[in-house]
Amino acid sequence: MTVPTIRPDAPIVPFQDGALLAVRDLTVTYGGERGPQAALESVSFAIRPGQSYGLVGESGCGKSTVALAVMRYLPRNGRIAGGQVLLEGQDLAALSGERLRGIRGNRLAMVYQDPGSSLNPAMRIGEQLAEVYRNHGRLARPAALDASRQMLDTVQMRDPGSVMTRYPHQLSGGMQQRVVIAMALAANPALLILDEPTTGLDATVEAAVLDLVGDLRRELGTATLFISHNLAVVARLCERIGVLYAGRLVEEGPTRDVFYAPRHPYTLGLLGCVPRFGVRKGSTRLLPIPGQMPRPGARGPGCRFMARCAYARDRCREEPPLLEPASGRGTRCWFWDELPATAAAYIDALAGGEEAGHAAGAAQQLRRPAPGVRDLLTVAPTQGMSADPTRTGDATAADSGRSVPVLALDHLGKTFPGQGGPTVRAVEDVSLQVGRGRTFGLVGESGSGKSTLARVVAGLLPASSGQVSLDGSNVTVVAQRRSRQTLQRLQMVFQSPEATLNPSERIGTTLARSVRALGGLRGEALRQRVLALAASVNIDAALLQSFPRQLSGGQRQRVAIARAFAGDPELVLCDEPASALDVSVQAAILNLLVEIQERQGASYIFISHDLTVVRYLADDIGVMYLGRLVEVGPAERVFAPPFHPYTEMLFAAIPTLDFDRPPDSQGSELAPVGEVQRMPQQAADGPQPVEGETLAPGGCPFRLRCPRLLGPQCAEEPPWRETAEGHRFLCWIPAETLAADQRALGTRP
Amino acid sequence: MLRRLARSPSAIIGLLIVLFWSFMAIFWPWAAAYDPFSAHALNVGPSRTYLLGTDQFGRDVLSRVLAGSREVLTTAPLATLLGLAGGLVLGLVSGFYGGWIDEILSRLMDAILAFPVVVLALVTLAVLGSSKLNVILVIGITYMPLIGRVVRAAVLGVRDLDYVAAARLRGDSAPLIMLREILPNASGPIIIEVTVRVAYAIFTVASLGFLGLGIPPPSPDWGVQVNDAQNYLSIYPWIVLSPIAAIASLVIAINLLADGLRRAIGP
Repeated sequence: MTVPTIRPDAPIVPFQDGALLAVRDLTVTYGGERGPQAALESVSFAIRPGQSYGLVGESGCGKSTVALAVMRYLPRNGRIAGGQVLLEGQDLAALSGERLRGIRGNRLAMVYQDPGSSLNPAMRIGEQLAEVYRNHGRLARPAALDASRQMLDTVQMRDPGSVMTRYPHQLSGGMQQRVVIAMALAANPALLILDEPTTGLDATVEAAVLDLVGDLRRELGTATLFISHNLAVVARLCERIGVLYAGRLVEEGPTRDVFYAPRHPYTLGLLGCVPRFGVRKGSTRLLPIPGQMPRPGARGPGCRFMARCAYARDRCREEPPLLEPASGRGTRCWFWDELPATAAAYIDALAGGEEAGHAAGAAQQLRRPAPGVRDLLTVAPTQGMSADPTRTGDATAADSGRSVPVLALDHLGKTFPGQGGPTVRAVEDVSLQVGRGRTFGLVGESGSGKSTLARVVAGLLPASSGQVSLDGSNVTVVAQRRSRQTLQRLQMVFQSPEATLNPSERIGTTLARSVRALGGLRGEALRQRVLALAASVNIDAALLQSFPRQLSGGQRQRVAIARAFAGDPELVLCDEPASALDVSVQAAILNLLVEIQERQGASYIFISHDLTVVRYLADDIGVMYLGRLVEVGPAERVFAPPFHPYTEMLFAAIPTLDFDRPPDSQGSELAPVGEVQRMPQQAADGPQPVEGETLAPGGCPFRLRCPRLLGPQCAEEPPWRETAEGHRFLCWIPAETLAADQRALGTRP
Repeated sequence: MLRRLARSPSAIIGLLIVLFWSFMAIFWPWAAAYDPFSAHALNVGPSRTYLLGTDQFGRDVLSRVLAGSREVLTTAPLATLLGLAGGLVLGLVSGFYGGWIDEILSRLMDAILAFPVVVLALVTLAVLGSSKLNVILVIGITYMPLIGRVVRAAVLGVRDLDYVAAARLRGDSAPLIMLREILPNASGPIIIEVTVRVAYAIFTVASLGFLGLGIPPPSPDWGVQVNDAQNYLSIYPWIVLSPIAAIASLVIAINLLADGLRRAIGP
């Protein structure tokens, strides 16, 4: 690590096997309170011209640092402490500022996560884009504007002429990201770095942007370095991937090979955390990785993954070098040849044993209430065999769920006064029922009103019209007006782990206050109940003395779940409880929710934009679009044709992670893993109707984006089409026609 | 937070100066070499015997400056505390409830803020008569809307966070939510504002003293001292400059401290 940061003149190193970018033994440190800490250590990989390379890893693994180091955009306390970054043979790590500027933009361009902050808000799109041509291409203004229009056309922007006259805030997130990509491509770079380019976007928009990146790469032959935490997204787009863990590249190889037969336990672990599409909670548990990634500074010698690894042995105390399990692949595991042969085999082997052991252990923990604790702690003795016959914990009670719904919404509506404009109808005419012990999945893009709906049901916002009934009694009032009993029966788990707990209160106090308010306990009984609650969410009793900032995101979210269950609620509203967490932590949270449900028979409304997760968890599903419920029914019915054209679009957008099939023997490097199903162009603009086409009240809410638009009749209120067993959707197209069409198209799933 | 504060040298200097004056405010009877109220020698320049000289009545200037710290450091912080108490109520209620309550309280605060503090104080003190209590009351009341607006803004930043929603869902009462969920997590900007306000209050107390409306003579209040001796500025400058330097050092020190706090608390 004694290589100087910048040498006076960089030696010209010959191409590495024709690589466009060769990163060799890259070590990056960040200066901190306790001296410099290594964020990356000896990371090496290479990208050939035109190749798409993916870097995956959880937050804090150093993947963004790779991008910043390649661009030489490290923050002031960051420093390349060793290694080389060779772009076309030239070491970027040793270049002066002047020469770097020539390379950035011309040979190298980057797209960041948040498109909104990449664009100058005070400049029209056309001017911003033309600036790139004028500075890098040295074109005159009219020529630059012409070139900009063409580039917007290349990135498949609808109506480029009008987009050029607009300001960034007048574009949707997906359109903004298209503009940013257009700017990055304007100087025709050899390598495009994309750092989580679709993370803040809706699934349909994400899919459209990914399609675009794939198209552009094929058309323009630009090599891409794609950085993401989402395995499925990387699988959809990249030929080769590298898996980063705690600052080290732990596995590397062709995408298909790596996902089909991982040769590092961490890669296996990551694949076990994501629900495979079509897998349901009843059959398989997710396999979270225990523990946490060590932070920089807390990374000892030896294998970084050792502490969390099921295969760890004594030899792992010694740092493994990058071994080569097969030609073109690398792994930093001593025991790569002892791992299960494929990812699927690993999951099948672990899922069976893990489930039985885990559930038993958890049940054990909850079954020791202190004497004197009221029957608040009534815990089902075994799964599915509840003490209270009305609280059947299992999804088998499909019909009982329909007879006495826990929650019924009747034409519920919520409007907000528009600022200077018309009233905003955030939720409109929503009627649905949540069966006892069942999970109702609510899906839709951002702005669809699903969170607003949850807040109205919880009583955090007053309803504007309609009725909320809990157990048959009307509770359509805000939380302050609800009785203790109602509050206790209906609780909520929130999205952001940062804001869910009071930062100035110890978590034990937070739990105790909820138990006192909702469970009515005092003294020793209260203390026992808090301990039991903490144990039920796998929070160590010693942690009760901590403040939220001392806990990880996953721990905070588990405390929040414990708080919601303080009074043994009947219905818990879960508003994206795991979306802000890393996959390994998300898996643990989802498992926990399933376990508690099996134990206590609580019902959930589970809100998520992630259809894979909803499919895994939900018994019933509702699909919302612009405040309206457009489809609702039992999960298995919703996931089979016919579905509403909007549901169809959502399904098409799911990036699948299919690691069951072995890689093709030929040309495997060129075919991405993810199934390629193109998004309709209408998907690209996001849930807001395009400017100039205002959505008049009434009629089908989806008509401005619908690929199956019938015609003028869609401006009229569409009828509910009933199919079977409580499944209905809001569309003018008859169910039979739609079903036939969708089957012919073979729309997944 | 304290550790972060300790890393800023300017904040440390500020803190030391504030601690020095606070110490003097309590212990000046022991620290001062002479009785600040009795005459010794007229208009003697700074010397070994009288470090900062004596004034036109023969009193030791250093002793009077040290004794004056007690006047300043009781009046200004008490006035600020009164302003904080009122400001907390105004800001919490108007920020938490919003709607028409917020509208009424905000307009009320704007109305008070429309008058310059010194003008308002001058008029009130002219009517009520000048006394230490009245100075505290006048400054405290004019500070209520100032601090209230800062509290309101801080409350708005916290009010809609999820843990506040969670408290509402367990049926906590509004005052409980304000005191346990909102206030502790909105305290950063309020602490900074209050610190800055203390510095301004020192200025205001001194200004009122200088204008003859503050604490009546023979108080060693720094503003009063400057007022008393203003005619001697050209002949015996030490009489005027010493209390001025004292005011400046304390105000600058508090501002350094406030800057340090802002860095330590801020994001």
